[in-house]
Amino acid sequence: MKSLSRLMAITRKEVRQLRRDRLTFAMIIGMPLMQILMFGYAINTDVRNLKTAVADEANTHLSREFIAQIGETQVALVQQRVDSVADLEELLRTGDISIGISIPPDFDRRVIDPNRAAAHILVDGSDPTVLGVANQLRNMPVAFDSNRQEKEHSAIEVRPYYNPERRTPVNIVPGLMGVILTMTMMIFTAVAIVRERELGNLELLINTPVTSAELMIGKILPYIAIGLVQLALILAIGDLLFDVPVRGSVLDLYIAASFFIAANLALGLFVSTMVSTQFQAMQATFFLMMPSILLSGFMFPFDGMPVAAQYIGEALPITHFIRLTRGIMLREASLGDMPFALIYLGSFAFVAMTAAAMRFSKRLD
Amino acid sequence: MNDELAIRARGLSKHFGSLRAVDRLDLDVPKASIYGFLGPNGCGKSTTIRMLCGLLTPTEGNADVLGYHVPDQSKELKPKIGYMTQKFSLFGDLTVAENLQFIAEIYSVPAANRKPRIDELLEKYDLTEQYKQFARTMSGGQKQRLALACAVLHHPDLLLLDEPTSAVDPQSRRDFWANLFRLAEGGTTILVSTHYMDEAERCHKLAILDHGVKVADGTPQELQDSTGMIIVEVLADDPYRAQTVIKRIPVVASVTQLGIRLRVLIPESVGDALELVDRNLRKQNITAETRIAHATLEDVFVAVTLKPEQRAA
Repeated sequence: MKSLSRLMAITRKEVRQLRRDRLTFAMIIGMPLMQILMFGYAINTDVRNLKTAVADEANTHLSREFIAQIGETQVALVQQRVDSVADLEELLRTGDISIGISIPPDFDRRVIDPNRAAAHILVDGSDPTVLGVANQLRNMPVAFDSNRQEKEHSAIEVRPYYNPERRTPVNIVPGLMGVILTMTMMIFTAVAIVRERELGNLELLINTPVTSAELMIGKILPYIAIGLVQLALILAIGDLLFDVPVRGSVLDLYIAASFFIAANLALGLFVSTMVSTQFQAMQATFFLMMPSILLSGFMFPFDGMPVAAQYIGEALPITHFIRLTRGIMLREASLGDMPFALIYLGSFAFVAMTAAAMRFSKRLD
Repeated sequence: MNDELAIRARGLSKHFGSLRAVDRLDLDVPKASIYGFLGPNGCGKSTTIRMLCGLLTPTEGNADVLGYHVPDQSKELKPKIGYMTQKFSLFGDLTVAENLQFIAEIYSVPAANRKPRIDELLEKYDLTEQYKQFARTMSGGQKQRLALACAVLHHPDLLLLDEPTSAVDPQSRRDFWANLFRLAEGGTTILVSTHYMDEAERCHKLAILDHGVKVADGTPQELQDSTGMIIVEVLADDPYRAQTVIKRIPVVASVTQLGIRLRVLIPESVGDALELVDRNLRKQNITAETRIAHATLEDVFVAVTLKPEQRAA
C-alpha cells in the first residue's frame, strides 16, 4: 500500500517535528492545565461574601437583627456602617461595595405594612452576577418573631439535580474540555499547512507523489492522539482537585471526544487552506473561538439565547460536544441517549475534511 | 513525441493578470543533457520550471515532459522527476538522515533499499558526517547538497533545478556542477536555471529568457558565434571618459566596463567597427588600445537582451 506508507511518512514526520518543538509541546500540557486551574479556582458563579455597607437609620432591635440575618446568609459581608443613603451611593459609585443596605427610620412600621418595602438594597447592577445573587436577599423574611420564618414554606422548592452542592467546577469542567480541545486542536492544524507554505516545504511536498488526502490525514493523526491525552489530563485534574465526577462510561466519553477532535482538526485544516500566513491563521482561529465560548452553552444557557444565536450555536461542533460531555459525565447518559450529537460531529468532520482536501490543490496557482 | 527529447514545449505561456511571465515559449530539451535557463530575476525561469512539473497551469500552449502531457498527467509525472526549489525547502527541524528517510518514504522506495540508498547518497554528496545534524544548522553548500541528494533519491529521469547555486560559495558551485555532469552521464536529463554566466557556459545547451520571452537558444558555442555583433575591447587610461565618448557614437549598441577595460558591442552591419572606435577616441585625444575580441556569453546575453532598435543600429 503506497498510499498508506506515504500517509505514515507524513505522520512520522509530524511527530518528529512536534517532539522537537518544545513550545508547542509545553502548550499541549500547559494550556489545559492553566485553563482548568483558572476556571476551577478563580471562576465561581456561586458568589458569596459580597462587600456590603449598611445605613441603619432606624437603629432598633429589629433592624439590628435584620442586619445580622443578612450577614448569616453569607451572601453579603457587612464591612461598613454609614449614616445615609447618599453615603451608600457614594461607596457604590467608587466600587468599594457591591451592596448597600438602606434601613429607613420607620423600619419597624414598614415591616408590618404589606404594601411598603421595609428596607432597600442598593446593588451594583454593572455586574450581572452580583445582581443575580443580590436578588436572593429579596426573599428574606423579616418579622418580629424570628421563629416564624421556619413555619413559612415556599410554594416551589428547587432541587439541583446532578450538582446538588451547586459547585461551579462540576458545571464548568465538562464544557471546558470542549473549549480547551477546540482551542488547541484548531490552532495546531490551522497553522499546519500555512507554516509549511511559509517555510517553503510545501513546494517540495506538492512535487512529490503524496496526495492531498494523504497529506491532510497524515497531518491530523498525531493531533488526535494529543487531544485524547489532553482529555485524560483534564479528567484527572478535574477528579483530583475539583472532584468532578464521570458518572457515565469513560469509553463513551473518549469516543465522543475522538469525533469532536476530528471535527476541530478538520476545521483547522480548512482554515489553513484559506489563509496565506500563520498570523492570519491565528486570527481566523480566534474569530472562530469567540462564538465557541459564548454561543455553545458553555458560559450562558443555550435556551436563553436569541434564535439566531442558537442557530449559530447549533452549527458549532463544541455545542454538541458539551451536550455529550455534560450528559455522560453528570447525567450518566450514554451515547445511545444522544445519537444526534455524535452523528453531527462525525458529519462535520467528514465535510470539513473533504472541503479542506478539495481546497488544497497540489498547484501553486 | 521525439524519443530523443525529454521536454518538448510549444507556445507555453503563463499570464499573471496583465503580466506575461512566460510568453509563447518553445523548448526542446534533449535527453541526458544539461539544459540551462539563463536570465535575470523575474524573466520567467521559475515560472517555466513550475509549469513543466505541473505546479502551475499554463495559460496557453502545451508541454510534453518525459512523454507525459502537463499539467493533465502531472500525477503520473511526479514520481519520474526530481525538483529542487530555489529556496531551501527541506525540513530544518529534521536531521539530514531523517529528511532523506522522509523523502524515501514519500517516493515509496522499498524499505529494504532505503538504508543502502541513503548511505550511498550521504557518501556521494559528502554528508556522512552531517547525517545527525539538523538541516537548518547546515551551511549553504551542505543544504544544497542535501537538497540535491533528496531530489535524486528516487532515481528521477528528469531533474528540475531552480537556481540551485544562488546561495553557495564558488567551490561548492564547482563541486555541485561536477555532480550534475555525473548525473547527466548516468542518463538523467537536467534542466537548470541560473543567472551566472560561468554556469550557463557549462550547459550542453541553453536558452536565454528575457521578460518571459526566449530571445536565443543553442549551445554556448553557437550562441557566441552568432551574436550579430562585433566586440571591440578598449583598454584606456581613463575608462570613464572613454566610455562617455564611445557611448555617444550612434551605432554603438552597448558599452560595459570590466575593470579598466571596456567591451563595446557594435552591430556587424556597421562594417569597420574597430576603426570607428579608434577614430572617435583619437578625436577626443584619449589614448587607448583597441582590439577585436571573441564574444563571451555575457556579450551574448547583452546582445540578445538589447531593444530591437539598438540591435539593428
